[in-house]
Amino acid sequence: MLIHKPADVLPSEITPRSLFERRRDFLARSGAGLVAGAALWHGLPGAARASTRLQSVPSALSTTEPLTERDAVTTYNNFYEFGTDKADPARNAHKMAVRPWTVNVEGLVGKPRRFDIDELLRLAPLEERIYRLRCVEAWSMVVPWVGFPLAALLKEVEPLGSAKYVEFVTHYDPKIMIRDVIDWPYTEGLRLDEAMHPLTLLAVGVYGEVLPNQNGAPLRLVVPWKYGFKSAKSIVTIRLTEKEPATAWNKFAPQEYGFYSNVNPQVRHPRWTQATERRIGELRKRPTQMFNGYADQVASLYQGMDLKKFY
Amino acid sequence: MNLSLKAPSAGTIAAVKAVVFVLCLLPALELALGWQANTLGANPIETITRASGEWALRLLLITLAVTPLRRFSGLHWLLRLRRMLGLFAFAYAFGHFTIYLWLDQFFDWNAIALDILDRPFITVGFAAFVLLIPLAATSNSFAIRRLGGRRWQALHRSVYAIAIFAVLHFWWLVKADIGRPLLYASILAVLLGLRGWWRELERRRQLSVPPPAKHLEKKVIRLVPRQ
Repeated sequence: MLIHKPADVLPSEITPRSLFERRRDFLARSGAGLVAGAALWHGLPGAARASTRLQSVPSALSTTEPLTERDAVTTYNNFYEFGTDKADPARNAHKMAVRPWTVNVEGLVGKPRRFDIDELLRLAPLEERIYRLRCVEAWSMVVPWVGFPLAALLKEVEPLGSAKYVEFVTHYDPKIMIRDVIDWPYTEGLRLDEAMHPLTLLAVGVYGEVLPNQNGAPLRLVVPWKYGFKSAKSIVTIRLTEKEPATAWNKFAPQEYGFYSNVNPQVRHPRWTQATERRIGELRKRPTQMFNGYADQVASLYQGMDLKKFY
Repeated sequence: MNLSLKAPSAGTIAAVKAVVFVLCLLPALELALGWQANTLGANPIETITRASGEWALRLLLITLAVTPLRRFSGLHWLLRLRRMLGLFAFAYAFGHFTIYLWLDQFFDWNAIALDILDRPFITVGFAAFVLLIPLAATSNSFAIRRLGGRRWQALHRSVYAIAIFAVLHFWWLVKADIGRPLLYASILAVLLGLRGWWRELERRRQLSVPPPAKHLEKKVIRLVPRQ
């Protein structure tokens, strides 16, 4: 009998080889860093000093592909409210206060409620989900998210039979965010069955720690079979509706960004080929998979639909 | 040392040329060093593609600024920098195109052909690059003599269309934030607008000058502006 004991080390906790090989170098540098860090530590208010590590359990839904480096995941971001250059969000998103934070769940539900972020963190067991992320700009990453299924939250509020769609409204504060790029607040939407799908995640962390602001702190959506822009960041309202909600990029350029925006190498886009993608950290492009490689789990959601029409 | 700004010595011009030459090389050097040191961000191929393309556009606009600068300042020797600036614009465009073919597409000719036919921003960018080739090839004294000044000048006027294509290439690439393309478009509009205005002034001047010939007095003469 073959006894296969799962590894008790989270994949994201395994030190990447490149880092391991530079460990002495790291030690030398962290000596100076510690002194500076200690000085900074004492200047921080209590809340910010709390540990940023999150306890989570591995998930069977994770991919085993090699992770994209943490540095890339946290410095190469599209979060246009903080600037349109990929490096802008990491520079500017610290201005956003992520505590206190509440998420209003409303609309066609039996028990509408306002949740505090700390409540949400305890709502369901946190899982580590390693997902492929495919951006509509033809680059991709493999990201170890920490979160829980959106379905767990939706069940709490008891969706009514008339609810067909879920709208997500994200944080917008013109005092700290830029104006006039697209129409803000940024909104996104899913069909209710997409929202209830076990792959659909509400992420609160990445790489075993709470989300950095530029990655959508304190709570973001992750829908791994759709282009990245569907995975709304820094969510403040979740609203169940009967009609298909308007979504930010679709309002801006409807011929380019559809409501569904499933990863689909066969649907052409006027700017980027969707047939191939560059995995961040790799030189050569690779073919893009239908539904970003999640076809087995999600293709049935779209049975009988013309995906060229509902792009 | 006689530093006459209006009429610098041959040595001074050579020194200025050398400085401009080195300045034009700096962005390429910075990118090459960044590539070596892996400091070009999470997507270095995107970084060098963007940077080389933007420098090609900047140098093209700088090249187009030589004539207005010369006219406003009276520093006619500036003209002697124009060929080098134009050739550097071509060099960056060539680098930009090579990075696209090689690092971005890895010589996937099907994907490249589809890009050129199917994506408007690539179509105009490709057109701009192809049209630059004959200009770069004839940027030497031999070609000017061979073609004759007039034909050479007619050929090189295509640089106005190339600059428009290059700005469109950038404009159609961006998703939503048109700030930078708009800046370049405005600069180009001023540079082209000045030429249009000068041409109009020249036309009016020609119309207002009375014909010198006595035997034509009291006859109706139609003046056709030179194309």
